[in-house]
Amino acid sequence: MRLALPYLIGLIFGLGITLAGMINPAKVLNFFDIAGNWDPSLAFVMAGALAVTFLGYRLVLRRPAPLFEPQFHLPTSRAIDARLLGGSALFGLGWGMTGFCPGGALPALGTFEPAVWLFLSAMLSGMMIARMLAARLDGGGPQPFSA
Amino acid sequence: MDTTFTPLLSLAGGGLIGLAAVLLMLGLGRIMGATGLVAGLLAPASGRDWAWRAALVLGMATGPLVWLAATGTWPQVSVAAGPVQLVLGGLAVGIGVTFGGGCTSGHGICGLARLSPRSLVATLTFMASAALTVYVIRHVIGA
Repeated sequence: MRLALPYLIGLIFGLGITLAGMINPAKVLNFFDIAGNWDPSLAFVMAGALAVTFLGYRLVLRRPAPLFEPQFHLPTSRAIDARLLGGSALFGLGWGMTGFCPGGALPALGTFEPAVWLFLSAMLSGMMIARMLAARLDGGGPQPFSA
Repeated sequence: MDTTFTPLLSLAGGGLIGLAAVLLMLGLGRIMGATGLVAGLLAPASGRDWAWRAALVLGMATGPLVWLAATGTWPQVSVAAGPVQLVLGGLAVGIGVTFGGGCTSGHGICGLARLSPRSLVATLTFMASAALTVYVIRHVIGA
């Protein structure tokens, strides 16, 4: 029962990504290709997701606590620094090279497409490398993930 | 490869993504960010913390299978990138989202919905960077 809820939420997310077309790297890349075969669909994905999340969060975050946990876990970092900018720029580079972002690639696992597994293996390796780098930069202690 | 503009399907799909984000906040009080989700799988706070994340990822991967069951066809996943590009791109994504503290779902949807200036800067940065990368690959290098 405890795991049924996250499973169901994941399924809704995965169906949303599939329905939206974000599971298809070609469609994602065509969104960025304004100078070529532009496909503006991704803007509609973002609009739909943002509208629902914006309104839903307004209602949910009024509560003192979530239903099944003692408290909300909201990101606390507000820093706009070199790490945020450099990291995001690097993410965009990889996204543009492949058409996969983490939230698009995880549902795509279910298609058993070998390219997805290769991308995700490299992504997980990158995340572990970054954790080690960040720990070194910080002089010890693992880097907390936010957002 | 050409893809068809699908405003209604994409809007509806986006709505489902938003619904998942709202339900995760309501149920478990967590941000629906793929980066944070996977990061917690790699370094979980506890066994219980690992389990809900694993269940969520499993649910995500079930999405295309439900699609297959409902429509009789696999959702299209066209990958133009070759193996080397996938590995280098995957490494860049993994390192980038870790230092950037989030990706399209965490910053681009949940962060923007919370009106976070940090997430706005992150989203504008990775969108611009992705667009520039696609431009260079398709129109400068001409691959």
